[in-house]
Amino acid sequence: MAGGKEIKSKIGSINNTRKITSAMEKVAVSKMRKAQDRVAATRPYAEGMRKVIGNLANGSLEYRHPYLADREVKRVGYIVISTDRGLCGGLNTNEFKKVALELKSWKDKGVDAQFAVIGNKATAFFKRFGGKVVAQQAGSGDVPRLADVIGSVQVMLNAFNEGRIDRLFLVYNQFVNTMKQEPVIDQLLPLPKADIEQKAHNWDYLYEPDPKPILDMLLDRFVESQVYQGVVENSASEHAARMVAMKAATDNAGNLMDDLKLVYNKARQAAITQELSEIVAGAAAVG
Amino acid sequence: MAMTVQLDVVSAEEKIFSGLVESVQVTGSEGELGILPFHAPLLTTLKPGMVRIVKQFGEEHVIYVAGGVLEVQPDTITVLADVAVRGEDLDEQAALDAQKRAEEAMQHAGADFNYAEAAAQLAEAIAQLRIIQKMRKK
Repeated sequence: MAGGKEIKSKIGSINNTRKITSAMEKVAVSKMRKAQDRVAATRPYAEGMRKVIGNLANGSLEYRHPYLADREVKRVGYIVISTDRGLCGGLNTNEFKKVALELKSWKDKGVDAQFAVIGNKATAFFKRFGGKVVAQQAGSGDVPRLADVIGSVQVMLNAFNEGRIDRLFLVYNQFVNTMKQEPVIDQLLPLPKADIEQKAHNWDYLYEPDPKPILDMLLDRFVESQVYQGVVENSASEHAARMVAMKAATDNAGNLMDDLKLVYNKARQAAITQELSEIVAGAAAVG
Repeated sequence: MAMTVQLDVVSAEEKIFSGLVESVQVTGSEGELGILPFHAPLLTTLKPGMVRIVKQFGEEHVIYVAGGVLEVQPDTITVLADVAVRGEDLDEQAALDAQKRAEEAMQHAGADFNYAEAAAQLAEAIAQLRIIQKMRKK
């Protein structure tokens, strides 16, 4: 029987692969649910923070915090959040493509860039891609904690304070829904202004007690909360993307198995037919 | 009808309150603050304490916050709380235990004792108990 055994073992190995991918899909589904809840829980805070900061950036404050001042851009910093593990479709690739595209436009303007990376995949990417990586962080697991991101954030904030970067961006995959995750690049520093109609007069806050400690605390907290939100969103995106990718892989394995089964049966039938005709021909020759 | 202003109370874990209110009372770092609609822009830090909300049509709500930031704009008020718990969800026994623990820790202070941390815990527990008592009186 021509190739029958090979085809059979191939079907077996594809079946094994399919079992693995379908198990991974189920794991991703349950992890995604939890991650989704986490995104829903932390989003209001991050949005509230963004709103407050947006108002603040529109005011004319007596204490000009360095995070509010728009400087001439000579160097930029990126905090790039990626997944730790692969097998999640084009999630990371799409994100890195977007970063690479932005970098090119910066490079054309003669602007240097440096990176703080969160996640193994981003670390690996920038190793290949080149680029100055100033902070690395990986292995935050499925339940990201604020403490995990503070290190990388602090490095970038220091760089900004000391003038080594003039703008800071955050890159992550935003979780839109199960089927859709979008890579986004948000500007963190200097603070983006809220897109509301400009207030007619100059105004400032009343501060209790003093502007400086409040603003210092608030702005640090703002950056931390945005980065943390990015990590949480990215984690939900990862599980959703993995779920979809593994579902596709499971379906493909099924199709492949069906095709191979057809080939196998055809080969088996051909072998039987051939054997029969040999017997008949043999009998005729003897008779 | 009384004038109202949009209030959002959010903590790192969840959105606690969002809606129109007639007035808000919070514990700022410099003392109690009462805020009505069309207040001038204000920015302050919060101490552990309660946020008393008078909702549109006079219904009252109490929320416990363990510190955070208050931002006031004429048309919106935002409370960014570190930890926030609705008054009805506060656990009296847990608060009493926390108070006792903190007080004991302060009395039997060892060499590696962090006074500031214990004082902060004590302040949080006392603030929670005050809210519980106030709610019971009503």
